[in-house]
Amino acid sequence: MAVAEQIITAPLTKPRLRRAPLSLASFASYLQAIPLTLILAFFLLVPILFLLVVSFWDYDFARMYPGFITRNYAEVLGSWVTWKTYLNTLKFAVIVWAIALFIGFWVAYFLAFHVRSAAMQTVLFLICTVPFLTSNIIRMISWIPVLGRNGLINTTLVNAGIIPQPIEWLLYSDFAVVLAMVHLYTLFMVTPIFNTLMRIDKSLIEAARDAGASAWQIMWNVILPLAKPGIAIGTIFVVTLVMADFSTVQVMSGGQSASVALMMKNQMSLLQYPSAAANAIVLLVLVLLLVAAILRVVDIRKEL
Amino acid sequence: MHREKRTLGFYVLAAFFVVFVLFLYGPFSAIFILSFQGPSGGLTFPLNGVSVHWFFNLFEQQAVGNFGASFGRSLMLGLMVMVTTVIVSLLAGLAFRRKFTGGSPLFYLTIASLVVPSIIVSLGIGVLFQQIGFRPSWFTSAFGAHLTWTLPFGVLIMFAVFNRFSPSYEEAARDLGAPPWQTFRHVLLPMIAPSLIGVGLFGFSLSYDEFARTLLTAGTFNTLPLEIYGMTTNVTTPVLYALGTVTTLFSFIVIGGTVGIIALLGARRARAAL
Repeated sequence: MAVAEQIITAPLTKPRLRRAPLSLASFASYLQAIPLTLILAFFLLVPILFLLVVSFWDYDFARMYPGFITRNYAEVLGSWVTWKTYLNTLKFAVIVWAIALFIGFWVAYFLAFHVRSAAMQTVLFLICTVPFLTSNIIRMISWIPVLGRNGLINTTLVNAGIIPQPIEWLLYSDFAVVLAMVHLYTLFMVTPIFNTLMRIDKSLIEAARDAGASAWQIMWNVILPLAKPGIAIGTIFVVTLVMADFSTVQVMSGGQSASVALMMKNQMSLLQYPSAAANAIVLLVLVLLLVAAILRVVDIRKEL
Repeated sequence: MHREKRTLGFYVLAAFFVVFVLFLYGPFSAIFILSFQGPSGGLTFPLNGVSVHWFFNLFEQQAVGNFGASFGRSLMLGLMVMVTTVIVSLLAGLAFRRKFTGGSPLFYLTIASLVVPSIIVSLGIGVLFQQIGFRPSWFTSAFGAHLTWTLPFGVLIMFAVFNRFSPSYEEAARDLGAPPWQTFRHVLLPMIAPSLIGVGLFGFSLSYDEFARTLLTAGTFNTLPLEIYGMTTNVTTPVLYALGTVTTLFSFIVIGGTVGIIALLGARRARAAL
């Protein structure tokens, strides 16, 4: 216990040694960073490196055979079906991102600039946050009674005489997939944008107005540039979540649409692990490239 | 703050906000209502009578899956993940208050943990455990898989907290002769307690609802989200909605309780400050 106390409290007592490289304080930092390092090393780094190895292995219906073959990659990169699946996933990412950005920005803008009391801001923000902390699958299947052939929307429209027969593409279509993804992931856009908007000094806006800027100019030249970091962080969240999604695509398209992760999941259920691993590596490289591109726009470490 | 007259923009955006909230909560209210479907009712409207039949059905032996046992596992796993996330994130947050060699790579590894697609984590841990001969189970491999999702959130929240935290409180305590442990226990900890509770809520909720990372790492016994995921393809009665209602209400209670505790802490501190 005494040791634990020392580990926890040591940094608080030695701030003046901050710059000394081998001080007791930096030793404490190492000790404090050990649990995080070990967990991420064992459950993130090692498994991914292992997948890289496995992606070169051979396999049959029963087991995997260690080796070094490039057939798994040849299958991934050489197949027109796989390319179409990757393009389809990117298509979902772009559409969902654009819609989430539009909704997320205006919701955050409303909360940050139009709601005047801090208490009201907190309450409204919590209302937006609560669904995020409930089950994704439940939120997804809750669209079924709304969108289905005999669902709420179709029944209402038919009974009102607006349409002669139920609309078929509401559920089990790309439309349903995009709708459910926007429903699931827009919050990841609202939160970071709200966070950056809240930190904009209101006097900057007043100064712009006093200098004769129109509402449009204030938005374009003052608010948007300052909101860029939040938009970037939200973009990282939404894009990576959509790129990784298999359940929404599976449930909401009724098996009619495909995504990379869904393809991986099917390979996994057929025990084609090396094949799935090759897909995992390609997907990972693609996602990391996208994130790296976004990070060029903004240093998120400064923004926390 | 001076009060201006509300502009047209305000009303447009307020209406937009209301529509967004309806969009967020609307579908859930549909399954909430449908979970009270009569015994002969189906998966869609209209209601065929009102009953709690499907809630009772939930606790009976199911053709597919066992709700009670998987709920117990998810609850236990969520609590394990919560405690680990709070402690590890706090320690990492303290570590990052100073620059240290390797700090930057560790930070980027944490961010990577957030952006790596969940199914890749699931596949990687699952295949790794299989090859080194460990049997995957919800309290080992799935536990680790969940931590790769909850820890980045925890660490980033602690980052944000300590970035805004003035060291002068600790300096004052030290100048008054408080030993390190007292400074930590009586100065730092009470000030960051609400954030730690928030980290705990994130840790629990994210784990309790996670299933992509559990897919290949849960081993023999399913967690609740896996059970629900299985039910989406096999179950064609409103019992699915009853389960959705019960587990969502459980989430609401957890969130409400946590927000209540944070508000209580804030009120107590405000009173102490007077």
